[in-house]
Amino acid sequence: MIETITIIGGHARTGEPEPVEKIDLKMGDVVSIVGPTGSGKTTLINDIELFADANTPTGRRVQINGERPLDEYRNDPSHHPIALITQHTSFLSDLPVAEFLTTHARIRTGARPQVEEMLERTLAFANQLTGEPVPLDSRMTELSGGQTRALLIADATIICDTPIVLLDEVENAGINRSRALELLREHRKIFIFVTHDPHIALLSDYRIVMKGGAVTQVLRTNEDERAVCLRVGQLDEVLSRLRERIRLGERLTAGEAEVAA
Amino acid sequence: MKLVICAGPATTGKTAVLRHIISRLLDLEQRPAFLKIDVQFAEEDEILAREFGIPTRKCYSGELCPDHYNAMVLGDALEWAGAEDCDLLLVETAGLCLRCSPYVDGGLGLAVLEATSGMNLPLKVGPMLSLADIAVVTKIDRVSQAEREVFRARIQDAAPEVMIREVNALHGIGIDPLIEQIEKTPEVEGQLFLRGNPPVGTCTICVGKKEIGWQSHFGVIRALDNQVFYRGQ
Repeated sequence: MIETITIIGGHARTGEPEPVEKIDLKMGDVVSIVGPTGSGKTTLINDIELFADANTPTGRRVQINGERPLDEYRNDPSHHPIALITQHTSFLSDLPVAEFLTTHARIRTGARPQVEEMLERTLAFANQLTGEPVPLDSRMTELSGGQTRALLIADATIICDTPIVLLDEVENAGINRSRALELLREHRKIFIFVTHDPHIALLSDYRIVMKGGAVTQVLRTNEDERAVCLRVGQLDEVLSRLRERIRLGERLTAGEAEVAA
Repeated sequence: MKLVICAGPATTGKTAVLRHIISRLLDLEQRPAFLKIDVQFAEEDEILAREFGIPTRKCYSGELCPDHYNAMVLGDALEWAGAEDCDLLLVETAGLCLRCSPYVDGGLGLAVLEATSGMNLPLKVGPMLSLADIAVVTKIDRVSQAEREVFRARIQDAAPEVMIREVNALHGIGIDPLIEQIEKTPEVEGQLFLRGNPPVGTCTICVGKKEIGWQSHFGVIRALDNQVFYRGQ
């Protein structure tokens, strides 16, 4: 059973030691990684996913339950305890959706009755995040950016069902991210979001702040920020409603975006 | 002398993988030599010689099929590597024909495939994959994790006996398991044999007979009424 992941600091791009020497992530934690573009956020989650052992350009080391992860994780991805949802918004795989998901479910579980049930749950999950349902018989490469993202999140949660999920900028690509967070929170895992979105960052238990390729701070969400988070959620909802109406070809009226303070 | 033969479609990252392998081998104080077999153009030998200062060579198969040429020159190449005081020969070859494979009994065979290629690639490359010891999957950072896992399953379905290792050849991650396998590989000696059976090679057209009509040909003969028979020695 995985209880903690430990990230042991390496060095910044300048070669200076990373200011935060050690971070412990515990099962059930929801964590955000924030920082300007190019500050090393994606590199950090790649280090986690690869179980860096001072063998990546950052010199970081990643441990599970305080120990070096088993080689088996790296050698057979179907036993890998981490699902990484990258910024990819298109698939390169040319298989039809149903065949792809069936193959993936088969290698993750092995049992056939489970596979069909999984396929249905994965599709149902994905369709709650995207405006256009994912057609089972279309090719993966034909899916839209939003459908691709939705399917990747659903696949990672239902089929991979790993204890650790890394999500790189889920707010992009037009999926319903509030709904995604709600659905994800129903599962007890370590969720790590790379994000520029204040709502996702404030909904997290804490956030890892990055600059120049290094982790500079770890900030736990405090009481004040939780109150701000509620407000951000309301603003977000207003924006979502406006976005949806514009998508549906409606006209907006004067004063519609004003929000009660 | 150990022999490692690395095959794979063009631009899959064979050289990038071998570059990391050479670097680790040199750290382990081994003495690798490098031979590149290509059809008409290659510069990997010059690049790797500059980078690592190891003995390198290239040869062009030209009008010969590269796997055929490989079978012709490999014996000489092992002698050359021996004369250069090396203990391991790395051969990089463009796998083009997909009916043959360049691997040799007793040597280590690496098939380099990229995760970004179609999901049917493992079914299309034939003995290049199925007769390899290890399928090395490159460009894993370019696809989603789900696709990586499914691509791996497609390889397993096509070639259940082949060990699969994923590498990130940009950063050299995943190279260590390949080094372990190289270390386990025995020395090759005596008469060497291709691992696979060559395809039926009785094509009189390929050897230059231009006469029209089956009566002038030998090997597998097929006439208009489609009867197939064999005429030969």
